[in-house]
Amino acid sequence: MSDSEVRYLTPPSIEVKKDKYCRFKKSKIKHVDYKNPDFLLKFLNEQGKILPRRITGTSLKFQRKISQSVKRARQLSLLPYVADNLK
Amino acid sequence: MNQYETIFVMTPVLSDDQLKETVKDYKTFLQEKGAVIVNEDNWGLKKLAYPIKKKSTGFYYLFEFKADGSVIAELEIAYKRDERLLRFLTVKLDKHAVAFNEKFKNKKVETAK
Repeated sequence: MSDSEVRYLTPPSIEVKKDKYCRFKKSKIKHVDYKNPDFLLKFLNEQGKILPRRITGTSLKFQRKISQSVKRARQLSLLPYVADNLK
Repeated sequence: MNQYETIFVMTPVLSDDQLKETVKDYKTFLQEKGAVIVNEDNWGLKKLAYPIKKKSTGFYYLFEFKADGSVIAELEIAYKRDERLLRFLTVKLDKHAVAFNEKFKNKKVETAK
């Protein structure tokens, strides 16, 4: 074995950092519509729970609006409060 | 005067005439209170995300109007007393929402043509 070759027991994990961005800021959307459940579905997991900001990358300003809109949609029965296989 | 938006869900057991009557009732109610109706939209029969009063479908109807805040309380009382409705929601619109709805409406008109 040559000296230049370094071998590891466990291969070092190389994490590719993917840049998160706020899709509202990027596409300049100013209003989150609660009447469009298909759009709000992007911010829910398959149980119908609202996904945290650290996963979706949404800015705080719009996360608040999303949360408000999802709750309104739930009240109008456009989105379920609890679900099993939403996606 | 603020701009508001109200959606109500009617029970699927109503006949066509009863549906029209319900919508007309609220329209005249709003107009009597001095509200200016900007937009109205019939979403028709939609499936509910979860059952309400053992019904799995409902007729959705939307009104967008300009009115004084005092009208809202009276409207909601009328909603609560009405047995033809399953759900209702009234929301005050900010300037972004008004712009969004305006754009949405124009888009819909264009595609209809």
